[in-house]
Amino acid sequence: MTTLLLIEQVLNGLQAGIMLFLMAAGLTLIFGVMGLINLAHGSLYMIGAFAAAGVAGATGSFVLALMASLGAAAAAGAIVEVTVIRRLYDRDHLDQVLATFALILIFSEGTRWLFGSFPLYLDVPAAFAGPVTLPGGIQYPAYRLLIIVVGLAVAAGLFLLIARTKIGIQIRAGESDREMIGALGVDISRLYTIVFALGAALAGLAGALVGAIQSVQVGMGEPVLILAFVVIVIGGIGSIKGALVGALLVGLTDTLGGVLLPLAFGLFLDPSTATSIGSALASMAIYILMAVVLIYRPTGLYGATT
Amino acid sequence: MRREAIINTAVYLALPALAVAALILDEPFTITLATRAAILALAAVGLNLALGLGGLVSLGHAVFFGLGGYAMGILASHAQSYAPLVDGWIVIEGSKSMPVIWLVAVLGSALAALVIGVLSLRTSGVYFIMITLAFGQMFYYFSISWPAYGGEDGLSIYVRNAFPGLNTLDPIQFFGLVFVLLSLVLWGMSRIARSPFGMALSAARQNPARVETVGLSPFRLRLVAFVISGAVTGLAGALFADLNRFVSPTMFSWQMSGEFIVFVVLGGIGRLFGPVAGACLFVLLEHTLSGVSEFWLIYVGAILLLVVLFARGGLIGSLAGREVADD
Repeated sequence: MTTLLLIEQVLNGLQAGIMLFLMAAGLTLIFGVMGLINLAHGSLYMIGAFAAAGVAGATGSFVLALMASLGAAAAAGAIVEVTVIRRLYDRDHLDQVLATFALILIFSEGTRWLFGSFPLYLDVPAAFAGPVTLPGGIQYPAYRLLIIVVGLAVAAGLFLLIARTKIGIQIRAGESDREMIGALGVDISRLYTIVFALGAALAGLAGALVGAIQSVQVGMGEPVLILAFVVIVIGGIGSIKGALVGALLVGLTDTLGGVLLPLAFGLFLDPSTATSIGSALASMAIYILMAVVLIYRPTGLYGATT
Repeated sequence: MRREAIINTAVYLALPALAVAALILDEPFTITLATRAAILALAAVGLNLALGLGGLVSLGHAVFFGLGGYAMGILASHAQSYAPLVDGWIVIEGSKSMPVIWLVAVLGSALAALVIGVLSLRTSGVYFIMITLAFGQMFYYFSISWPAYGGEDGLSIYVRNAFPGLNTLDPIQFFGLVFVLLSLVLWGMSRIARSPFGMALSAARQNPARVETVGLSPFRLRLVAFVISGAVTGLAGALFADLNRFVSPTMFSWQMSGEFIVFVVLGGIGRLFGPVAGACLFVLLEHTLSGVSEFWLIYVGAILLLVVLFARGGLIGSLAGREVADD
């Protein structure tokens, strides 16, 4: 019984971690290539979820909804990059934080104005609505399994894109020396727009996929954004591999902490105290994890040690 | 410099002038609004020491604001229910006395700033921003999931705490108290900025390598600044909770930290009166725009975006005509 519960929680942690990776990959790419700290990444996640919910409500097709989330988030990302973000690359981090904080206000209130304050619901596609039986007799929701598979596929695609394609070469070159690749004739501002739109599309996809499990509402992006920050700080800013490892660590710690810590305290405390201390500590577990990683490696697990 | 001094005096006198005018016109709500502005200004003045002088972009100052708030909430709720705070070998009672609450708020947030500072100041740049943000979230989620003091619902206090010789429930008297504290802290900050410590801190922002070469430790300078900064913001938190007679996890939220940075930058970063001007402007915008539209934060966002992109130096910087305060 407990083993089954544990395996189920591990799968949940994996699913949360994979979704975090989609967010964190965009953030870390944008920081690595352009040196920009983007607080508005959570807004792009929200835009993806709202676009998916809107299209699914109108057409009833989940595939169209996912494509809409990718398209809407990428378009919003490209527009924001060209109008605002582009002016921030030469500024210090404080200006970047403030300008993207302002963008959050504009996006959140704009969405509230368009869609209202009530949450929208995005239905899980009918084919994946039920549970599947995994080897060992574990019942697990098919949709969550689908999310894990889609997320892993996107992660693999991203690694291939970065490692094998021409645009990937340009991105990696941009990370190490942006003036040099400009001098070599790469259109750097077009590259920046592409990277930003790519990161935005990943965030939008994550928003749509998670939106079918949770509700789609204004402000859904910020908690995920902060978790994604924790992920890239743990993994090392600029490293996609670090983002993957960090995302899985954070996803598993968060999910398992919520289950295991109250149980652990239950061994030597009375149940109600154990639950309250356990869940309070579990809510802090990932931040404690981050602090520990930073004490030993101030630039994250895979960050460049300077 | 002359011009900035005139603007500073105007900013400084605007709040009491507004409060006195509201008293004469018998509009207690406006006095409360001015008190709110003064308290938020105090929090931002605290942040300005770390952010403006020290160059530390802390996205976690809501931690200290919230700790100050909960210092007030916890002490006052124990005093209100006559249940001692600690009941063991020693008995610690709650308190309804403002000076006691302030002391606890300042010491508590200074201690938190020391621990957070020691851990966070090992890093710099983006890492520092994100770590302070993460510490903020840590306190936020802890306050939500810890049921003893209201959890997510927060904690209400029936009667505002007492200050010897004053009736703190009278809006103008409470405003006066807050304004005197704000003035004392501003005076202290102006002394710090001109002291050898302030100069060294400013130098550590501009060129840490040089500061290190002359034998000073940028880490220690920044840590001291961070602790003082956190303590001042904690004091503001205790006052803010007393103003609303309510504390909740929202005081720990990262939007709060973001707003503090907005106050500092909107008014003029690194300038003594910048945070005061920024907080007043924000409260003014909040008050007028929320009457215009339900979605008033869009306008705040747009204004903020324009200030960051085009009006560097903030309100005071634009009026006084110099981009950076003391460089």
